[in-house]
Amino acid sequence: MLKGYEAVILEGAWLTLQLALSSMALAIVLGLLGVSLRLSPVRWLAWLGDVYSTVIRGIPDLVLILLIFYGGQDLINRIAPLLGYDDYIDLNPLMAGIFTLGFIFGAYLSETFRGAFMAIPKGQAEAGVAYGMSSLQVFFRVLVPQMIRLAIPGFTNNWLVLVKATALISVVGLQDMMFKAKQAADATREPFTFFLAVAAMYLLITSVSLLILRGIEKRYSVGVKAADL
Amino acid sequence: MIFDYNVVWDSLPLYLAGTLETLKLLAISLFFGLLAAIPLGLMRVSKNLAVNGLAWTYTYVIRGTPMLVQLFLIYYGLAQFEAVRESIFWPWLSSATFCACLAFAINTSAYTAEIVAGSLKATPAGEIEAAKAIGMSRGKMYRRILLPSALRRALPQYSNEVLMMLQATSLASIVTLIDITGAARTVNAQYYLPFEAYITAGVFYLCLTFILVRLFKLAERRWLGYLAPRKG
Repeated sequence: MLKGYEAVILEGAWLTLQLALSSMALAIVLGLLGVSLRLSPVRWLAWLGDVYSTVIRGIPDLVLILLIFYGGQDLINRIAPLLGYDDYIDLNPLMAGIFTLGFIFGAYLSETFRGAFMAIPKGQAEAGVAYGMSSLQVFFRVLVPQMIRLAIPGFTNNWLVLVKATALISVVGLQDMMFKAKQAADATREPFTFFLAVAAMYLLITSVSLLILRGIEKRYSVGVKAADL
Repeated sequence: MIFDYNVVWDSLPLYLAGTLETLKLLAISLFFGLLAAIPLGLMRVSKNLAVNGLAWTYTYVIRGTPMLVQLFLIYYGLAQFEAVRESIFWPWLSSATFCACLAFAINTSAYTAEIVAGSLKATPAGEIEAAKAIGMSRGKMYRRILLPSALRRALPQYSNEVLMMLQATSLASIVTLIDITGAARTVNAQYYLPFEAYITAGVFYLCLTFILVRLFKLAERRWLGYLAPRKG
């Protein structure tokens, strides 16, 4: 059906998955870091978190990707000779992609987490304090478990956007699913067929992730009242 | 490693023209996207399985695939079929601007529909119960209680969607349009100064973002003030 390009596209799909999962892991760490900065009572820390989240969320992924790939490569090769390293350095597209997407989506996650934390009734944290918990205990035992339920819809969105943003890395030459499809489309002059096939693959990845995340949401929503429309 | 201001200064007209192009793409796609999103959102909360399922399938497929793929399907893909090339729509479908706007509008309509539906579903139980207790009909309940309340509460999420769309318009540069990102790519190709070119583009997007954020803050204060945390 795909004129012998099936294996090539599957190979690309595997790279897409690796890229998405690794960048999400990095993004969760950066997102939690970002939100603890932003909710910190220390003024300049909160400011730092806000700047990270605002600047990154204010610039398109594509621009950041182009900036970090071409600009980053340029920067490294301008600095390297100063350190006595004379060969031209080529960035590994996968590593650069993970770093770029992780950095971008950390900012989005910090916003998702912030919204979720702020939606938790104030009394919850106050009750924790009243019990004599330390602020770390309040954070991890009272706030985080409730935050997860509230953050899942946003997180699901962030994850889906991230999976789809991986397609952009193909623009700078990572041989992911999208890149392979474009090659196959150019070679066979059947762009619709190949882009449709790739769309189906993305849909498969996002569907499986939705199923998993829905399970998690159900688990965390036990005992929450909902009204029928 | 000095930032070359001269190049940026010289290409400023290109960036400004790009900004206009970006805003044009954004306005067109948001307008048609929102227009489609409200009925789709209402369909998504319908108890009629066929109606709900139809809207669900639409938003599901659109939200589950990258916009880049959708754009390529429309811009490159459709040309594969002779019937399309010979149809009366071909002058439109062979235009990058039209294809980009179409892909963007389709995309944002799916996301916005889910935001509207989510907001409708999150209506406090008491509001619905009160409307029912007063004896409102279904239509009146949607018109007077559910939609006004849900659309207001959707504002913070919708502002996110608008910002996402502002950034998504950067994909237009991949199909040859000269928006802000396209301007940056042109500048980079001309001078080979990726830092200067893309940072300038980033600054332009940031300015647009700040303006939009400010507008939405004002809108939230106007329509969502009653949900703001108490001061002091």
